[in-house]
Amino acid sequence: MVHIHEWSINAAGLREGVILKVGLDVGSTTIKCVVLDDQNQIIYKSYERHLSQITQKISELLTKIRDEVMHGADAQITISGSAGMGVAETCDLPFMQEVYATRVAIGKLIPDADVIIELGGEDAKILFLSGGMEVRMNGTCAGGTGAFIDQMATLLDISPNEMDQLAEQYEKIYTIASRCGVFAKSDIQPLLNQGARKSDISASIFAAVANQTIAGLAQGRKIAGNVVYLGGPLTFLPQLRQAFDTALHVKGICPENSLYFVALGAAFSSDTSVDIDTALKNVASYGTKAAFLSIDPLFNNQEEFDAFQKRHESCRAKRGNLNTYKGPAYLGVDAGSTTVKTVLMGPGGEVLDSTYQSNSGNPVPIIREYLLGLYKEHPDIQIRSSAVTGYGEELLKNAFGIDFGIVETVAHFTAAKHFLPDVDFVIDIGGQDMKCFKIHNGAVDNIFLNEACSSGCGSFLQTFANTLGYSIEEFARLGLFAKHPVDLGSRCTVFMNSSVKQAQKDGATMEDISAGLSVSVVKNAIYKVIRASSASELGKNIVVQGGTFLNNAVLRVFEKELGVNVVRPDISGLMGAYGAALYAAKKAGDSSTLLPLSELEHFKHEVKVTSCGLCNNNCRLTINIFGGNRRFIGGNRCEKPVTKRSSQSEQNMYAYKLQLLRSYQPKPGPRGKIGLPMGLNLYELLPFWYTFFTQLGFEVVTSPLSSRELYIKGQASIPSDTVCFPAKLMHGHVDALIEQGIQNIFYPCMSYNFDEKLGDNHYNCPVVAYYPEVIAANTSELHGLHFIHDYVGIHRKRDFPVKMHAILEQYFDGIPLAEVKQAAKAAYDAYDAFMKQIRQKGNEMIEEARKQNKPIIVLSGRPYHLDPEINHGIDKLITSLGAAVISEDVISPNVKKFRVGVLNQWTYHSRLYAAAEFIGTQKDMNLVQLVSFGCGVDAITTDEVRSILEKHDKIYTQIKIDEITNLGAVKIRLRSLFAALEG
Amino acid sequence: MAELQFDKTGRLLFTKEMKKEYTILCPMMLPIHFELFVDVFRNCGYNVELLTTSGPNIVTEGLKYVHNDTCYPALLVIGQFIDALHSGKYDLDRTALIITQTGGGCRASNYIHLLRKALHKAGLDQIPVISLNLSGLESNPGFSITLPMIRKMAAAVVYGDALMLLNNQVKPYELEPGASERMVQKWTKDLCAQFRQGKGMGLKSEEANLFQIVKDFASIPMQKVPKVKVGVVGEIYVKYAAFANNHLEDFLAEQNCEVNVPGLMSFVQFKVDNRLEDIKLYGGSKAKYMVVKTLMDYVTKMQDILIRAVKTEPKFAPPATYKHIKSLVKGVIGYGDKMGEGWLLTAEMLELAESGFENIVCAQPFGCLPNHICGKGMVHRIKKVAPNSNIVPIDYDPSATRVNQENRIKLMLAVAREKLAAETKQEVSGK
Repeated sequence: MVHIHEWSINAAGLREGVILKVGLDVGSTTIKCVVLDDQNQIIYKSYERHLSQITQKISELLTKIRDEVMHGADAQITISGSAGMGVAETCDLPFMQEVYATRVAIGKLIPDADVIIELGGEDAKILFLSGGMEVRMNGTCAGGTGAFIDQMATLLDISPNEMDQLAEQYEKIYTIASRCGVFAKSDIQPLLNQGARKSDISASIFAAVANQTIAGLAQGRKIAGNVVYLGGPLTFLPQLRQAFDTALHVKGICPENSLYFVALGAAFSSDTSVDIDTALKNVASYGTKAAFLSIDPLFNNQEEFDAFQKRHESCRAKRGNLNTYKGPAYLGVDAGSTTVKTVLMGPGGEVLDSTYQSNSGNPVPIIREYLLGLYKEHPDIQIRSSAVTGYGEELLKNAFGIDFGIVETVAHFTAAKHFLPDVDFVIDIGGQDMKCFKIHNGAVDNIFLNEACSSGCGSFLQTFANTLGYSIEEFARLGLFAKHPVDLGSRCTVFMNSSVKQAQKDGATMEDISAGLSVSVVKNAIYKVIRASSASELGKNIVVQGGTFLNNAVLRVFEKELGVNVVRPDISGLMGAYGAALYAAKKAGDSSTLLPLSELEHFKHEVKVTSCGLCNNNCRLTINIFGGNRRFIGGNRCEKPVTKRSSQSEQNMYAYKLQLLRSYQPKPGPRGKIGLPMGLNLYELLPFWYTFFTQLGFEVVTSPLSSRELYIKGQASIPSDTVCFPAKLMHGHVDALIEQGIQNIFYPCMSYNFDEKLGDNHYNCPVVAYYPEVIAANTSELHGLHFIHDYVGIHRKRDFPVKMHAILEQYFDGIPLAEVKQAAKAAYDAYDAFMKQIRQKGNEMIEEARKQNKPIIVLSGRPYHLDPEINHGIDKLITSLGAAVISEDVISPNVKKFRVGVLNQWTYHSRLYAAAEFIGTQKDMNLVQLVSFGCGVDAITTDEVRSILEKHDKIYTQIKIDEITNLGAVKIRLRSLFAALEG
Repeated sequence: MAELQFDKTGRLLFTKEMKKEYTILCPMMLPIHFELFVDVFRNCGYNVELLTTSGPNIVTEGLKYVHNDTCYPALLVIGQFIDALHSGKYDLDRTALIITQTGGGCRASNYIHLLRKALHKAGLDQIPVISLNLSGLESNPGFSITLPMIRKMAAAVVYGDALMLLNNQVKPYELEPGASERMVQKWTKDLCAQFRQGKGMGLKSEEANLFQIVKDFASIPMQKVPKVKVGVVGEIYVKYAAFANNHLEDFLAEQNCEVNVPGLMSFVQFKVDNRLEDIKLYGGSKAKYMVVKTLMDYVTKMQDILIRAVKTEPKFAPPATYKHIKSLVKGVIGYGDKMGEGWLLTAEMLELAESGFENIVCAQPFGCLPNHICGKGMVHRIKKVAPNSNIVPIDYDPSATRVNQENRIKLMLAVAREKLAAETKQEVSGK
């Protein structure tokens, strides 16, 4: 990954008649080769990137080995590696699976190794050797490790090597999502925009990679003993090894030839003599067949393209001349995720000047340079007003005294309206985000943003172009006249890498792949983000914008896929900035607050990092200090660290519930301690079980509130890396109880929940219902303790005491049935009282909010979304925007069971439908749904909740949350919602 | 033409007139079984057609009309329907669809609703959808599940299982390639003909058929050579439908393996048994228990015949009894885990490991909720109980690539081959 090419030959003095052993490791990004003599000594090795030109590189290598190493000797060849599989099969060369090859090599070279951790271009592997051999590879979801680090380096605008050097000087580790590359990217971007240091980010990225590998692959097995690091990233990046050492509490070794273990293993196992000339011929003829799935070409001929281009060229923004213009002007800035754009506009809407550049991880110096240049070179232009939008909005607004900060959707709508006054649908595909919205009664309505999972947008194409060795412009052009565009599906980057690999294997040309990638961007937008099946669902007057639509291939595919002509302004990539300028002009006062030249010259920007500590969220704050006592704090969820104001006066049901749950404190009892892990359904059932066991004379101890540390501690025993985050957290909670020395832990399996008569059935989802089984099967520390996870049916109140009594009898002596009956009665009563109290308090909050004329947001999800580690303080974010937050269970009893378009069979989900139905009748209430990533059930509920709300002409807002959540995107969503509510 | 009628909730009904005029489309899952099922339907007076289509357009239509985060089987089943309806092959005013609905806590119970949403999106609201279930969900005046139908269906399950089981055991070793497949086809045809004449069901005629089937398969010349034995388990659709699992069984055959895919009967028994377990765990009516128990005994009897029949030929390995499979998970996972494949999936892995198929592919749709628990969630525990097990979980979805999947399976096979080589060597040197 860092050394592009390394090789060495030591083939002098080969004995007559020796048979050489060749091992070829064709990975996702690199090709490695070793040649061994009959003493198993390496006489040749090489390591280089193949830029997906796999067959060509193999040919080159084999030719070189034939000419420079073999000198007429015989050779036995074995191919290994994910990208080598197809070639080996078709060319009839021996193949060995790469993890297996590693094992062979380790067995010969480091026989006392216990665990091997190997990171490759896109794969992560762990081999457990001692104590029952096991081999693990990352699943299809958590791909991209080496490639991921490369991507992150690109994002930071440095090389991986520099990243490593920077990481050495880190002071703080930020938490970055360790599930997959795309997630991490959306965590890093806001950090960059807040001004976090690159050294800290680099170290955090390495820590994230280490966590990802451990969380994804350890699956309950402890990594200890002699740990060996192999593969490119771990060889080239000492700080990455350090991150693994830290996470595992070991000191691993990175042996000699750590890049070549797969190739070595293949070579060691070579036992079939191969005629190298025949092999070369076979390889050369491979890849000429086109067996991949393809779709129609974008353009059949030049005429079609010309007509297309002519049509789109007619949509142009007015221009002015910057050099001759004198007078007032308006500045719009769009600080996006990867680029910074500015538009300087005259009073007639004419574009005087515009810039578009990469933000290099920090937009502040870029804007400073721009303003300095403008002031100095054009003293006759007076900036009357200015506005900024995008991720860097707050940072830049504070840094330069920009007059207005507006939410992106509003900026884009303002610009779109300028080109097409009756626009009713806008889609903007930028570097990192995709924003689409409908316009209803002149206001932004129905916003679709890409979720963290599918954020393959502009930067996605860019990254691909770069990996394949092209500039994005060149790459896009290639696709226009592709004969057989590949059908690559519509998934995130990580998946796409493998799809492209497969297509190449099947003989697709670079042209076909380029066109195919454009198609997948568009399909992703239409079918995954907007979820439309036809153009008529979107609207009649569609404006497309964002840098990605400057790509004619993408534009063409979009029109073809929907069968409709759309408007693409020629300043498509600048629409956010242009909209901001238009906004600034409209709202201009007498003078602008923008920093004048004198202050800009002495402009200073310093960054400090600290933790807030004013509440459980423990936000990592980035404090930006500018000259003149101006500062900006980033990374906060609420206003506390900024205003030091307490949020007591706010209406926040989430905060209230959390506080209420804390009132269930352990009371010492004669039967000893029993522990409850605080997660999933136990969040809501705490009053029930607390009362039940306290009545029986147990001291009920709960696990502490979730935290990052608690999660990390439990993550090694998570068997399925695609399960939802709330479930993953349970491992940490149970561990916490074990650590406290609790002998009896109670976490029952529950197929059924209470029947609230809102649905056709009252199930729990499979994960909530049976997660105790997973904990029992994967937590070895439970050995010797009572982990009570029997199946319990609280939905059958009459049968419950008898059944429960039988369960308890297995673990405890002498609890009479009569006592259980009594405790059960108290438990049911306590639960009812708890729910009643919540509803009462919620209704009070609604009343209070109405008195104060505050909008009411019903933040809907599951009971466990109360956990601040799960909701990431989104409730506080909403109250800081001036609204009251209540939960769905407050209002769900207000409606009777009604017909929904799905099988309404889960208790928690029935509440969602009921709440949505009720909100439909309330003017000042709106719904925001929290959806945990990986929640399969919510694939069903989200569409249904949306359709219930839309039936009532209400806006539906969905927020996907995971281990880490990009609060920047959440803020856009919420602010757009509020902007739409204000109309 | 049949008039469109709706129930009081607004659901389009399948009427008696429709039964006469309409073609009912049925999605594909298990080729042998489903061909028999379709014949049962036809035999009961429904004009059912099994969709044997495949190809990329099914996925495309699925992605277009189904929420993309929904599980892969929903996407494929619905995609297959829409693809068929858009093909121009069917009169859209005389076509209905049929789909199973289990009614369990897994999101799969919602497929029918997702299908209706998809039909609505595609402007095909006039197409009635029939829910095939035993839970009393959604009734239709033109479609009723009768006792004879249930009996025929159950018989079809056993026959399908028998043909699948024997084919899997004979095909890898047959001397004349294709002989085993031809035998499957011959018997499928035979059994369909029997159904058409109202024969082939009932314990007696079942017994006669099964014994003959076993005999016929035994007559195919085989040569046993050591092969890697691989079991395939997982989410029911992805496990069985070749279209969904990228032709997993063919791939394994190419890799020179003997494949064992546990039959459908144990799944049927599992679903029936769940009702009994529910009553045991949480309480419930004794009368209901007795009714369900009768049904359970009936299907168990049918399974027993199959086992007895296979046992007549020592060269074949009979399927394990449900009772035995169930006993294997005691202390591993609870009998209350009933959503999706539930504890049965764990049990099947243990049973496979016990019967020499310790190399296992656990196939599931990407993000499958029940399999977080009973599939991937139990691998660690299974390894402890059956240390010889060599399990690889594989996720399937529209964009999971074959290369990645096959690479992981090849890793599992590499380990398996090493073991096989060591065992054969030992055997040779032992002699």
